[in-house]
Amino acid sequence: MIKLFTLLVYVWMFTPIIAVVLLAFNPQQFGSFPMEGVSFKWFVKLSHNSTILDAFKNSMVLGSITAVLSTAIGVPAAMAFIRYDFRGKEFLNTLLIAPIMVPEVVLGVALLLFIRWLQQPKSFALLLIGHVVLTLPYVLLIVQARLVGIKREYEEAALSLGANPFQTFVEITLPLLAPAIFAGMLFAFTISFDDVTATLFWATAKSQTVPVKIFGMLRNSISPEINALGAVMIVLTVSMPLLAGYLSRKFAGKKTGKD
Amino acid sequence: MKNKAWKPWALLSPSLTAVFLLLVVPVCFVVVYSFWLRSPTGQDIPAFQLGNYAKFFEDFFYPSILLNTLRVAIETVFLCLVLGYIPAYFFYKTESRFKPFLMILVMLPFWISFIIRTLSWINILGDSGLINHLLIKFNVINSPLPMLYNEGAVIMGLLQYLLPFMILNIYVSLDGIDKSLAEAAKSLGCTEWQAFREVTLPLSLPGVSAGSLLVFVLTCGTYLPPMILGGPGNEMIANLIFKRVVGTLDWPFGSAISTILMLLLMIIVYTYNRYMGINQIFKTLSSK
Repeated sequence: MIKLFTLLVYVWMFTPIIAVVLLAFNPQQFGSFPMEGVSFKWFVKLSHNSTILDAFKNSMVLGSITAVLSTAIGVPAAMAFIRYDFRGKEFLNTLLIAPIMVPEVVLGVALLLFIRWLQQPKSFALLLIGHVVLTLPYVLLIVQARLVGIKREYEEAALSLGANPFQTFVEITLPLLAPAIFAGMLFAFTISFDDVTATLFWATAKSQTVPVKIFGMLRNSISPEINALGAVMIVLTVSMPLLAGYLSRKFAGKKTGKD
Repeated sequence: MKNKAWKPWALLSPSLTAVFLLLVVPVCFVVVYSFWLRSPTGQDIPAFQLGNYAKFFEDFFYPSILLNTLRVAIETVFLCLVLGYIPAYFFYKTESRFKPFLMILVMLPFWISFIIRTLSWINILGDSGLINHLLIKFNVINSPLPMLYNEGAVIMGLLQYLLPFMILNIYVSLDGIDKSLAEAAKSLGCTEWQAFREVTLPLSLPGVSAGSLLVFVLTCGTYLPPMILGGPGNEMIANLIFKRVVGTLDWPFGSAISTILMLLLMIIVYTYNRYMGINQIFKTLSSK
């Protein structure tokens, strides 16, 4: 019974996703069932669509810079929370993770209002700082969870053997933390790449991302081109963490064996 | 390290500055703006008046969207619980060697674009979607059933998005329960069901409540599913905010609605934190 129900939940969860990928290969004009053969024509058409390619480029650039910035400020903060004791720690930790609980619409309105008050135009920079705020809590959570598992003794040993704190960080903590940093970056990239609601507020006509573009295309109903784009996105975003997981396991296995 | 009290602050300062400048200050702006006036020509005039809030509660139109949002959120939480508890319990019980694989599958949707997952339901529920196609093919019906652009479709999209959060929250909680407790209950004469109801279920409640809160809060702020899968009557509060701010550029009124939404969520989260503690949620989020 429990097994059957679980199976049904899986079927329910994945049927729509499989349908998108299947329909992407349907040569028919309307992007719906029944399937009438297999064709790559929508993918070909997609690859000639310059606005989508532009959006794709925007998404990649935005996601990458967001991931780097977010981890660059998130990792030191995680270090502070796990390695030090200070007043107001609990409160500050909650404050930094709070953006998860703030609805994206509110975040969107708030930042846009602020920018308007500063009399700055919407720009790529706005999108970027917005996405950093969106992704920071996740980076923080992932890196903190990992840092808890790294024994302080390693760092203390290095310090007692004469390394200065900076050397200790670079030589000991950073390598041990690398998988978490990588995971945080990947997660930040995915969230940024995926975000629609807040991005709809912040994006200019020039800085549209792929999801925002899809949202615009949906106004005139679902088309096979959208399914094709969906299939590309699914393959891309699913293979990335799998590949990353594989690589990091291989990498970790070679270098340290086990931590 | 004791005399270096400044060090954690140095490490924290970039993050704190970012969150303070880009979240705390802007949110305060929203609250301040909600008291401002909008002139007939569309200018925002600094003021302190409750007109925007009065406008919201003036007639039943806006409150009904708020109620609609709350109702959808409660329905979604309920369905997520029913659909989520059983798979989570299955993971807890199973000895299958496919368990890690099945767990990865549950988390897979996190990596799939939200908008793609939402619009994928059009392929299933639409007039020429999978269900109607099959029903017509096997002569169950003659003309397609209208299944899209209603509340049911919106909830489908929401469930697809939120179910993994619920399953993981419940699983993390279940995973911490010693299996021998239920065994002990059974050896003392409980039936399987009694042991579950009296021992396992109560111990898993922290995960259940954490998952419920997360699903509730995320549903209340949802924008896409009603836009893509809902009809004209299925607007939720986030859609209203977007329309007022981006559509009609009525910043003060949009700010007031945002403030109402934030207040509502704050009351709920505060109450929850008071009785359950918010950390459970963060624990699960970081385990993913």
